[in-house]
Amino acid sequence: MIYTGKSTVYNKHPSRFWCRDLEAFRKFRTKLHFFSTSVSVFHLPRMFSWFPLDDLYQQYIGKVKHAIFHAQKAGRRRVVVATEENVIASLDLRRGELFWRHVLGENDSVDQIDIALGKYVITLSSGSILRTWNLPDGQMVWESFLQVSASSMSLFFVPASIEVGTDQQIFVSAGGCLHAVSSIDGEVIWKREFTDSLEIQKLFQTPYGDITAIGFSSSSQIDIYQLSAKNGDILVHKSASFPGGFSREASFVSGDVFVTLDATRYILVLVNLNGGEIRFHQTHISDLAEGYSGTAAILPQKFTGMFALELDSLIMLMKVESGRDLEIIEKIPHPASISDSLFLANGQQAFAMVKHEETNNILKESINLDSQRGSVQKVFLNNYVKTDKSHGFRALVVMEDHSLLLVQQGEIVWSREDGLASIIASTTSELPVEKGVSVAKVEHSIFEWIKGHLLKVKGTLMLANAEDLAAIQRMRLKSFEKTKMTRDHNGFRKLLVVLTRAGKVLALHTGDGRIVWSLLLSPLHSSDSCQHLIPVDIYQWQVPHHHAMDENPSVLVISRCGLHSDAPGVISIVDSYSGKVFSSSKLSHSVLQVMPLPLTDSTEQRLHIIIDDNKKAHLYPRTPESINIFRPELPNTYWYSVEAVKGAIKGYSFRGNCIDTDEDDYCFDTRELWSIIFPSDSEKITGATTRKYNEVRFIIVHIQNMLFVATVSPRAAGNIGSATPEEAYLVVYLIDAVTGRIIHRVTHLGAQGPIHAVVSENWVVYHYFNLRAHKYEMSVVEVNDQSRQDNKSIWKLLLGKHNLTSPVSAFSQPEVTVKSQSYFFTHSVKTMAVTSTAKGITSKQLLIGTIGDQVLALDKRYLDPRRTPDPSPSEREEGIIPLTDSLPIIPQSYVTHSLQVEGLRGIATMPAKLESTSLVFAYGVDLFFTRVAPSRTYDSLTEDFSYALLLITIVVLVASIFVTWALSEKKELEEKWR
Amino acid sequence: MRRSRGSPAVGRRLALLVVLSLHLMLSSAFQSDELIQDDEEFGLEGGRIPDREISTPVRAAPRVKTSGDVSSPTDAKSVQITLEHAFGDSDFSPAGIFTARLKSSNHGGQTLTKLRFRRDALTDLEKKAFERILRNDDFYTIRLPSNVLNPPGREYVISSVRARCLPRESLDEHFVINMEGVNILSVTYGSTRMCQYPRLLEYPTKWVFNSRTVLKSGELAQRRPTFAEEVLAAESAEGEGVKPPEKSFWAKYWMYLIPLGLIVMNAITQAMNLPEEPAAGQTASQTQQQGAQRAPSAATRRR
Repeated sequence: MIYTGKSTVYNKHPSRFWCRDLEAFRKFRTKLHFFSTSVSVFHLPRMFSWFPLDDLYQQYIGKVKHAIFHAQKAGRRRVVVATEENVIASLDLRRGELFWRHVLGENDSVDQIDIALGKYVITLSSGSILRTWNLPDGQMVWESFLQVSASSMSLFFVPASIEVGTDQQIFVSAGGCLHAVSSIDGEVIWKREFTDSLEIQKLFQTPYGDITAIGFSSSSQIDIYQLSAKNGDILVHKSASFPGGFSREASFVSGDVFVTLDATRYILVLVNLNGGEIRFHQTHISDLAEGYSGTAAILPQKFTGMFALELDSLIMLMKVESGRDLEIIEKIPHPASISDSLFLANGQQAFAMVKHEETNNILKESINLDSQRGSVQKVFLNNYVKTDKSHGFRALVVMEDHSLLLVQQGEIVWSREDGLASIIASTTSELPVEKGVSVAKVEHSIFEWIKGHLLKVKGTLMLANAEDLAAIQRMRLKSFEKTKMTRDHNGFRKLLVVLTRAGKVLALHTGDGRIVWSLLLSPLHSSDSCQHLIPVDIYQWQVPHHHAMDENPSVLVISRCGLHSDAPGVISIVDSYSGKVFSSSKLSHSVLQVMPLPLTDSTEQRLHIIIDDNKKAHLYPRTPESINIFRPELPNTYWYSVEAVKGAIKGYSFRGNCIDTDEDDYCFDTRELWSIIFPSDSEKITGATTRKYNEVRFIIVHIQNMLFVATVSPRAAGNIGSATPEEAYLVVYLIDAVTGRIIHRVTHLGAQGPIHAVVSENWVVYHYFNLRAHKYEMSVVEVNDQSRQDNKSIWKLLLGKHNLTSPVSAFSQPEVTVKSQSYFFTHSVKTMAVTSTAKGITSKQLLIGTIGDQVLALDKRYLDPRRTPDPSPSEREEGIIPLTDSLPIIPQSYVTHSLQVEGLRGIATMPAKLESTSLVFAYGVDLFFTRVAPSRTYDSLTEDFSYALLLITIVVLVASIFVTWALSEKKELEEKWR
Repeated sequence: MRRSRGSPAVGRRLALLVVLSLHLMLSSAFQSDELIQDDEEFGLEGGRIPDREISTPVRAAPRVKTSGDVSSPTDAKSVQITLEHAFGDSDFSPAGIFTARLKSSNHGGQTLTKLRFRRDALTDLEKKAFERILRNDDFYTIRLPSNVLNPPGREYVISSVRARCLPRESLDEHFVINMEGVNILSVTYGSTRMCQYPRLLEYPTKWVFNSRTVLKSGELAQRRPTFAEEVLAAESAEGEGVKPPEKSFWAKYWMYLIPLGLIVMNAITQAMNLPEEPAAGQTASQTQQQGAQRAPSAATRRR
């Protein structure tokens, strides 16, 4: 049989579908062997163009921190934003869609953005990298690296008079230097270094073309420099010191007047630079606000002739008259956010202010916000001319959950759920079981069902005309099946429950990526005096499948009430189907580690142990039943902690109830059982990982709790290249986490981190850099238990004469054999994961998040330590590939196809119900969800398999059997008569 | 019991002689051993050492470590590492001494060799404590300093085992000491044999330790020599680089041979049946035809 129809190399999906079909056909081929004419139909190449139907890909940008509206009169309205995920993006103001987007590197945070000449976006990032982008298409025009010695506050200034074509300059203050950069090619024209650590606060151009830089050079001194724009010569230098010192935050009221605070933040200092002198005017804050004794802060927003002073619960807008007199314009209690001011044509200025209850501004618009978005964090205001020639305003609002809204005319025009760009943890939940389904209910009527199938048959038999084809395609697109809120047979449809950095829990449907529900955690704990709610992790709390089927599954969200690790924890239990909070409470202890136990109570709530920073264990849920379940298991429960800073790994067991706390049955003391102390002068822990707690294993592994730890020489702890091959080494440990036994310890000389590792079954794969070979390397270590070696005979297994089910104590320490092998690998790696399937029988694939933000699937077979240059026939039969120097990268095995999951941070895998298939969720700034079948889908037909055609074939076959039988009977009778 | 410490009146040499002779006579006096693996690579030397040889350093060496004690003409110095133990939640108390030679290698590193171990006998109090942890199925914990030269180093390295795993006739113990130069990374402590679960309560017949010690240092990663890239190139794009192994004739052509055999058999039966019993032959061939899944298409009616 000949299979034609090769797809292009990079477009992987068509080939995958094709392969899947082939697999199904291969199986059928054996059954329909003799009926070759009908089978030949299957070999015809597919007629429709396929595209990824089962993949989910969503693009986000993250929490917006700078926004510039494009003030073009005609053309598409757009806003350029820079975000905390280091993304620069241009958004459509009408719909909120992305025009273009650039994800800068992880450490390349954007300091300032601006639009020049109406068509260039200028960004300053990392304090020293100036880039210019073309606004319409986002192409980079030039990029300029400024040489700075020290990182400090940096800002740039684009003269307003800049014109197209002329070689104007952009002035950048970075690292105590002032640079003039050509606007045409980004070349540095001149550079002026300032003595003593001058921190420039403001740059502006005088009407005569000179550049004025104002800054603080020490805690109590103000410096003003006037420089020539042509060559950077200092024309005028003035300085004045203020005895009280400065708080180093300044707001410029006008070109020559600015306000700042003294070092104690009790006195407002007005600095007047008019007339070539520096004059200070001091005003006590208590004089401005009667009876106020706290400190104040100056808001960084830009106003003209005014500034905003923030007191405890109050923002005061103050006007500066004649360079020295202060006048309070407005006292605004409890505002949430305030925007920069905008100049309007007739000399007025406007700014937006968002409050949550009431506002008495001139233009008052109130909008109804979803309570799950939290409070407003930032506002950016933009104006437009209405049809009646009056001013209209639109505001870009950044919410507490990092979502972005555009508000105009009192309505939310569009919103973007950009909190999803910063997922920190994810879990999955099954969808509800469909009750009482019938064919008639799923499809509208039986007639339509038949019609649909007939169409499919027609399509397969190449009898369909263009109209039919369009109908088939439409059916497939609508694919009602995919987005249903019920469980499917194969377990492909799930709810992804994710936790974002903003402290929001969202449930995404894997079919189309829609948000089923969302929940912001911080309002739940506003009464608990919880200032900073830091989300930590999310776990499956209740997964009903045997008992308690009528209860909804739920997830456990762990967060911390404060910035430090010893802050008290907060746990919330949330219904996976509705997002309803079952319970939420602030704990009396901190959360250092959370251990889901392999135990569930009668309602299928999983027992969890939370370890606090005093090494005490707390059992959840706090019910007498859970205590009764946990007590018998107490002596057999162990835990470990990796103390990377101290260079130690310690193992613990549980003792009785806590002694010092009174009468807490759910608190347990722990006792140190073992410890591994790394010598601080020669080894530094860089990575530790272990198996996923819920991994299903088919093979029986003696070392149940294998912990992988990697240490590097302290000198080689930095980036690649920071150490010579002679002084760099990497030591890898495999540790039994129950007894602390070092199972394997191997040193890679001349190797350096970063180390990425994945532990599964009895093996570990890790990735590092080989300084000697100047290549990345991946090594595999497999641990095999000798005591189970004699179980190889299948007869022993069949007759039950094996010791596989007998309980084994981790303290017996059997001999283990360890095999390892290293291979070169081309890519640098961001993250690694391994596929997981329902029963763990299917062979595994490593999922490698490459530096190009793609996910590469690599068969574990390539990382087999038994690979030899010339495997024996029996080894080949086992699927052992001849040894090669490096691991192959097969372009078709990118599971992300041609897409990029920008800012890839993590890959989560979960089993589908179908053994062959594993679900993959890759997240970073973007989200990507797909399913992979490491050994192809051997246990299922494709989704679009035509059952009708199969039925018809069978009917035809049966009919032909009867016909031929009748014919042969007849013929035989004739022969007998002869 | 074992030592003549309790006889202060007797001189040292005399005591030594007494001890030696006692040991020669009552070999069960005190059980202190040496590593049994004579693996020079692990820095071990000799097998199980007779008791008398051990007892000498016991007497000579004070409990405190003497690191400056140059005891050989080369630049190797002897070090002593104190083993401490704890029963369940009790505090740590001294339990024995490891003695070893510190050898300086050419490139500055230092390694331990010739490790010997002397275990103190259990006192009555300790015996009781041990019985208690056996009853409670509690942990027996040992610890060593993490640095050999200036103990305890940064911290102690600890290891524990369920007490019920230890008793056989005597108390079997097995130390694996993971070294990194002069630092002890970790010690793995356990029984020499399998530890069954559920653990049964049994008391040892002899309250002595039967010790084995292995000193382990890290190994270097080996890399196979570079191979020609042709091997990789030879692989197909799908990565199925496994060349089909040479198959036997039968393995290759069974699917053709079986139908052929059936046809031949069919033909033979027909040929045999035809001359004798034409009617019977017909029915036979008919049933066979259906049974053989229409594979022998040659068995058409030629009768």
